[in-house]
Amino acid sequence: MLQVDNLNVYYGAIHALQGISFNVNEGEIVTLIGANGAGKSTTLRTLSGLLRSRTGSITFKGVDISSMPAEKIVEAGISHVPEGRKIFAPLSVRENLMMGAYSRNDPAEIQETLERAYRSFPRLKERAGQYGGTLSGGEQQMLATARGLMSKPTLMLLDEPSMGLSPILVEEIFRIIVEINKQGTSILLVEQNAQMALSVAHRAYVLETGRIVLSGVAKEIADNPQVKTAYLGV
Amino acid sequence: MPEKSDLPAAMSGISRRRRPPLAWVGNGFLIIVAVLAAYVLVSNLAKNPIEFLQNVLDGLKLGCVYALIALGYTMVYGIVKLINFAHGDVFMVGAFTSFYAVSQFNLHQWPQMLFPAIPAGISLVVGSFTVILLSMVVCTLLAITIERVAYKPLRDAPRIAALITAIGVSFFLEFFGALQFVFSPRFIPYKSPFDTTAWYIQGGIHPIVSGQSSPDNTISFSNIFLIILVASVLVQLFLQFLVRRTKIGVAMRAASFDKPTARLMGINVDRVISFTFAIGAAFAGLGGVLYAIAYASIWTQLGILPGLKAFVAAVLGGIGSLPGAFVGALIMGQAESLTMSYISTPMRDAVAFTILIIVLLVKPTGIFGEPAGEKA
Ligand SMILES: Nc1ncnc2c1ncn2[C@@H]1O[C@H](COP(=O)(O)OP(=O)(O)OP(=O)(O)O)[C@@H](O)[C@H]1O
Ligand SMILES: [Mg+2]
Repeated sequence: MLQVDNLNVYYGAIHALQGISFNVNEGEIVTLIGANGAGKSTTLRTLSGLLRSRTGSITFKGVDISSMPAEKIVEAGISHVPEGRKIFAPLSVRENLMMGAYSRNDPAEIQETLERAYRSFPRLKERAGQYGGTLSGGEQQMLATARGLMSKPTLMLLDEPSMGLSPILVEEIFRIIVEINKQGTSILLVEQNAQMALSVAHRAYVLETGRIVLSGVAKEIADNPQVKTAYLGV
Repeated sequence: MPEKSDLPAAMSGISRRRRPPLAWVGNGFLIIVAVLAAYVLVSNLAKNPIEFLQNVLDGLKLGCVYALIALGYTMVYGIVKLINFAHGDVFMVGAFTSFYAVSQFNLHQWPQMLFPAIPAGISLVVGSFTVILLSMVVCTLLAITIERVAYKPLRDAPRIAALITAIGVSFFLEFFGALQFVFSPRFIPYKSPFDTTAWYIQGGIHPIVSGQSSPDNTISFSNIFLIILVASVLVQLFLQFLVRRTKIGVAMRAASFDKPTARLMGINVDRVISFTFAIGAAFAGLGGVLYAIAYASIWTQLGILPGLKAFVAAVLGGIGSLPGAFVGALIMGQAESLTMSYISTPMRDAVAFTILIIVLLVKPTGIFGEPAGEKA
C-alpha cells in the first residue's frame, strides 16, 4: 500500500536520507529501527509531507504523494503521530481530538469516531475538558494516538510512541498498537525500543545514518547477531 | 521578554538575582506616577462627578473603536508572530471606502432608490449596513492581498524582515492614498450614511437639537456612541464564539501553537492564516467606518494613531489574547480621554506610549498574557 523508492532528503547541506527504499503492505506492522540521528523521524516527516524529498518517489495506494501538501496526505489516509506527542497544550483534550478529525466533514461520523476513541481511552473521556498541556506524559501519548486515529487513517505513522513511558505504559501502548492494527490500520512504527517493536512487528528495516542496512521478517531481524549487539543490548 | 519560567525556582531565587540592582528606582517612580494619577482622578471625580462620567463615556467610545482594531493585531500576532503595522491603514481604507460609497454612489440609499415603496427608516438601516459591509469586504480583500504579496513570502525569514515589511506596507498605503487621484492628501469632511443624533440626560432622556449644545452639567451621548459600543461588544462575543466553538477557530488556536503539527491534522495552515488576516481586517474596516462617522473628518493618515494605540492596547492586554485586546483597548480609551480632560489635550497621544513603555518594563506579557515561550 505504501511504496518508497530511492528517497533522498536534505537539511540544507546535510544529506539525511540517502536513497532509502521500503514498503508497507496492507494490514502490516512494519518497524523502522535505528540509532539516534539515523533518520527515522526524517523518514516519517517526508512521508507525511512536512519535508520534501529531493529525489525519489512515495506511492500510496497507487498515487504518487511525494509532492502533495501535508493536509492532502491526511485526507488520502495517512496519519502521522509525531515524535514527542506534540499535543496542542492550550486546547482541551476534546479539541485536540476534534483537530485530529479536521480533514473529515460529517459531524455524525466524527462524533462516532470520538466516542470510539473515548471507549478505547476512558482516561481521555474523564479529562475531555482539561487542557492538553496539563496531561501526564502517558496520558499525552494516549491522546496523541487517539488524535491520530480521528482521521480514520488506513496507514498510521508512529514516531517513538514508547518514549518516556514507564514499563507498564510501554506494554499498554504496544497492546494498543496491535489492537489498532487488528482493526485494519497498517502501521509504520519508529522505535528506540527495538525489542518491543520487533516483538509486535511483522517486518523490520534497520536504518543507519540515512541508509537502510538490513531488512526482513521481524523475528529474523531480532535474531540477527549484529542487531542483537547494536540495538537489543544482548 | 522573560524566559519561560515553569519552575518554582524561577519565581524565587533565580529571578530575583536577575533583576537589575536599581530596580527600586523605577518602581518608586512608577508608584509616584500612579499616586499622582490617582490623586488627579479622585479630586476631579469629587469636584464634578457628572463631567467625570461624561469623560468616561467619551473614553469608552474611543476604547471601543480601539478594541475593534486591537483584535486584528492580537489575532495576527497570535498566529504568525507578526506585528502587522499596516493594520491601522486598513482601518483607514475602511473609512474611505464608506466615504466614497456614500458620497459618490449613494449606496446608503439603494433600497429606496430600487424600491421606492420601502419606508425611509428601513431603507437607511439596510443601506447603512450595506455600506459597512462593503467596507468590511474591501478591507478583507486588501488584507488578504497584503498577506499574500508581502508577508507570505517571508514566512520562514527572520521575524524582523516581516516586521520591516509591515512598516513598509503601512507607509505605502498612507502615501499611495495621499496621491491626488487616490484619496488626496487633504482632510476631507466625511459624509455619513446616517445623521448622528445626540441626547442628554436630565431627569429623563431629551434629544439635543442639532447645532445646539447640551445644557451644562448633564451627560450626553449619541446614536453613534451606542452603535460603537454595541458593535464592539458583539464583535468580541462573536470572536469568542469563533475561537471556542467553530472548527476554523479551534484550528486558528492549534496553528498558532504549533504549525507543523497543525498540518499533520490536515489543517491548511496557509488558509487559516489568510482567514485570520481577513477577520481582523473586516473588523478594522467596521471600526474605520464607525470612527469616521463619530469624528466626521478623514484623511490618509487617519489610521496611524488609532492603529498604534490599538497596538499598545493589544500589548497591554497581553498580545495574542482576545479578551486582553478588549480590556487593553478600554483602558487605553479611558487613559486618553481622562488625560485630555484633566492633564492636557496634547498629552493624549503621549500617554498611550507612556503606557506602552510601562507595560514593557513592568509586565511585558500584559494583563492576560501567558509567559513568553509557551506559545513559541
Ligand atoms: N531541522 C533539521 N535541520 C538540520 N538537520 C536536521 C534537522 N532535523 C534532523 N536533522 C539531522 O538529520 C539527521 C536525522 O535526524 P532524525 O531526527 O530523522 O533522526 P532520528 O532517527 O529520528 O533520531 P532520534 O532517534 O534521536 O529521534 C540527524 O543527523 C539530525 O541531526
Ligand atoms: Mg526521531
